[in-house]
Amino acid sequence: MNKLPINELPELARQLRRDVIKMLMISKSGHSGGPLGLADIFASLYFHLMKIDPTKPTMEERDFFFLSAGHLAPIWYATLARRGYLPISELTTLRKINGRLQGHPAPAKTHGLPGIEIASGALGQGLSIGVGCALGLRLDKKPNHVYVLCGDGELNEGQIWEAMMTAGHHKVDNLICIVDRNFCQIDNRTEKVMELEPLADKWKAFNWHVLECNGNDIEQFINTVNQAKELRGKPKVILAQTFMGKGVSFMEDDYKWHGVPPSEEQGKQALGEIAPTKYGDFVEFEWEKVLVA
Amino acid sequence: MSKYSSSENKATRQGFGEMLVELGKENPNVVVLGVDVTPSVKTDLFQKAFPDRFFSVGISEQDMIGVAAGFYLAGKIPFTAAYGEFAAGRPFDQIRQTLAYSEIPVKICASHCGITVGQDGATHESLEDIALMRSLPHMVVASPCDYHQARKMIRASVALHNPIYIRMFRDNTPVFTKADDEFQFGKADTLIDGNDVTIIACGLQVWEAILAEEILAAEGISVRLINMHTIKPLDKEALVKAASETGAIVTAEDHQIQGGLGSAVAEILAQTIPTPQEFVAVNDTFGESGLGYELMKKYGIDSGSIVKATRKVLERKRRRDGFK
Repeated sequence: MNKLPINELPELARQLRRDVIKMLMISKSGHSGGPLGLADIFASLYFHLMKIDPTKPTMEERDFFFLSAGHLAPIWYATLARRGYLPISELTTLRKINGRLQGHPAPAKTHGLPGIEIASGALGQGLSIGVGCALGLRLDKKPNHVYVLCGDGELNEGQIWEAMMTAGHHKVDNLICIVDRNFCQIDNRTEKVMELEPLADKWKAFNWHVLECNGNDIEQFINTVNQAKELRGKPKVILAQTFMGKGVSFMEDDYKWHGVPPSEEQGKQALGEIAPTKYGDFVEFEWEKVLVA
Repeated sequence: MSKYSSSENKATRQGFGEMLVELGKENPNVVVLGVDVTPSVKTDLFQKAFPDRFFSVGISEQDMIGVAAGFYLAGKIPFTAAYGEFAAGRPFDQIRQTLAYSEIPVKICASHCGITVGQDGATHESLEDIALMRSLPHMVVASPCDYHQARKMIRASVALHNPIYIRMFRDNTPVFTKADDEFQFGKADTLIDGNDVTIIACGLQVWEAILAEEILAAEGISVRLINMHTIKPLDKEALVKAASETGAIVTAEDHQIQGGLGSAVAEILAQTIPTPQEFVAVNDTFGESGLGYELMKKYGIDSGSIVKATRKVLERKRRRDGFK
């Protein structure tokens, strides 16, 4: 599938949410909350904002995307599949042996999934990679943008703050870091586990341009990224407020959905709440066929 | 009289720093990252020559690994430099996921390795780095024996498709190889041929082994001496040949006895040709402050220790062979 106009992205994002639920129902393992909360951001980046070509995943002119919080993989895989990096039928293989859709993203070089530049999973490492990549591109005066997506809980990791300093010091202004600010991490709300606020002030103090937006509002997110692209002189961070589990009533804003998949019953209920789209699901379960009949 | 002599003393890190400048001239894609130890690890030479291609990341070794990986993805050839303990130990998880698992060919150049860093004491004496680095799939682990070999190793590393850990040293040490000697990763150098016993050493222990051979030769012992500069992938062919032809092995390294060169050798011998082996290494203890040669003696990794270990392994060989 190609680039889409903004008004078609919400339906695509809804399909990505259905994909995530079905992938997790099949794998019976994986993270629900974060991936659902990020469907709008992934739809915006991969179907509207980034300069990419799924038929040439390593073309020189590509924008780079690094998923620092590797556990969010299900939404990335669904997005890559819908964009044409892999067959959508392959989404049935999440976390299965001999597959390419590893529990946490594996490098294309070893596992063969195009569009994934480097492994992630152990938290806190992606921002440094983005900083180096952006510096390398700048050295060659290339216009590519570098995007890094971090979780907010992930900001607990010390390496993130090292990378924040490095990026600020070197004024890496071809870099946009998106923080998935959903206020949830494994143990509890982020502010209970390890207080992050005043988060915007912290980034500012590290010499970053700071932008904030509703990460579940596609138009607002796209406008914010476009605004960030124009800013010069400092690296850019977008604190994107999202709801963990967005789209599924019983998961929304509940940290307990960080790392668990829905049961079959819960999955059915979730799919009932996320209306089917014109794109169609990558798999139809037996019980769905019965319903139609 | 030893078969090798040293014309001068020069540090491996010096060879590294000089070669970086040469590579920088030849290839505009070479970039170097620093963690606030720039003059110590000799990357100041590159920094002066190519200020636009030298990037300080402050004292943040974990960040440096990621930044280096990013540079590679943007088409650059990144070298990182730090003291051994902070090159391998501090950012182990970053090296594991971002470089080794991802097969990103960053060149991790470690200086000040081993106990000979001396007076800084145990915190700075990296005695576990070989074990850490060689436990990672896809990693190449190598250690030059002198200044010339350090230069050749750095140059050869450019063509590697794997990440590499290069283990170098602070001290000025004997330069006994020649500028035009051949070098290839994974191909051991047999420095001295012999039939009774093989001493396999890496890094600064190679010179200690040369000194030990002189003493042993005077006793009529025919020593084969191998410089195993590449610890991973280890030159299995040279090792198995030496074990089958000499029947006794001594390994020598400036590293803990667990997991280093000796372990790598034993892993292969146990599966191919079980052979009596003595380990000259630091014996499961941390170091302390002192001069390099004092520490080598105290912790049992100097030439005298190699001599003793060789006599011991020959005794074991004779017992096994029934005093033939």
